[in-house]
Amino acid sequence: MKLEYFSMLDRIVARDAESLVAEATLPDESPIFEGHFPGFPLLPGVLMIECMAQAGGWLMLARQEFARMPLLAKVGQAKLRGMLLPGALLSVSAKLVHDGSGYAVMSGRIDSGGQMAAEAEYTLRILPFPNDSLAAMVRGRGTELGLLA
Amino acid sequence: MSSPDRTTYDRIAAIIAETANVAPEKINPKAHVINDLGIDSLDFLDIVFAIDKEFGIKVPVEAWTEAVNAGKAPAEQYFILGPLAERIDELVQAKTA
Repeated sequence: MKLEYFSMLDRIVARDAESLVAEATLPDESPIFEGHFPGFPLLPGVLMIECMAQAGGWLMLARQEFARMPLLAKVGQAKLRGMLLPGALLSVSAKLVHDGSGYAVMSGRIDSGGQMAAEAEYTLRILPFPNDSLAAMVRGRGTELGLLA
Repeated sequence: MSSPDRTTYDRIAAIIAETANVAPEKINPKAHVINDLGIDSLDFLDIVFAIDKEFGIKVPVEAWTEAVNAGKAPAEQYFILGPLAERIDELVQAKTA
């Protein structure tokens, strides 16, 4: 997990056609924690949302064989229930609620230490990759995560 | 929301009013979803999701948009409420056929 690069998930631990579970360990140190907050480092709530959105994004990338790019378009019903501290192991899950034409509605949650830390329903737009280099980079990361052979 | 006594147009109009917070008096069969009702792309996405759920279909927005952009179909065929309701009926019939 490299917060400052928005690399939120370390590995995929389970996946089927309509769901995905990933894990990530919060770093002990990050520039993010220097500001949020000085002397009291916490994962910002917006980055909890980002974790869930990325899990859903990887699910949709895998479903569409990395042909198009998911982008977060809407977040609804978000509840940030717990504080996530440096070193915490996160289980980040995504479930497909509806696979539409050019969009997908997902539900997501984060669990840590046996407790739910966050949950949300969110919508991803599914668009063409803006350029080949980004598509290649995403496929490379997908390979690292075990989503591509 | 679904009722056998309500037409497809009525059901779509109700979805638009509720989802995009459009005043019901502005909604009519000749209204263009975007140009006349002021619905932006994100609200339109919510409306499509609500229609998908309401009718148990997958509105092919991308195919429609491609057809319009390629000059193969007039935008009015898909984005004016009256014709849109007809397209939804066709999708429902195709699904149940």
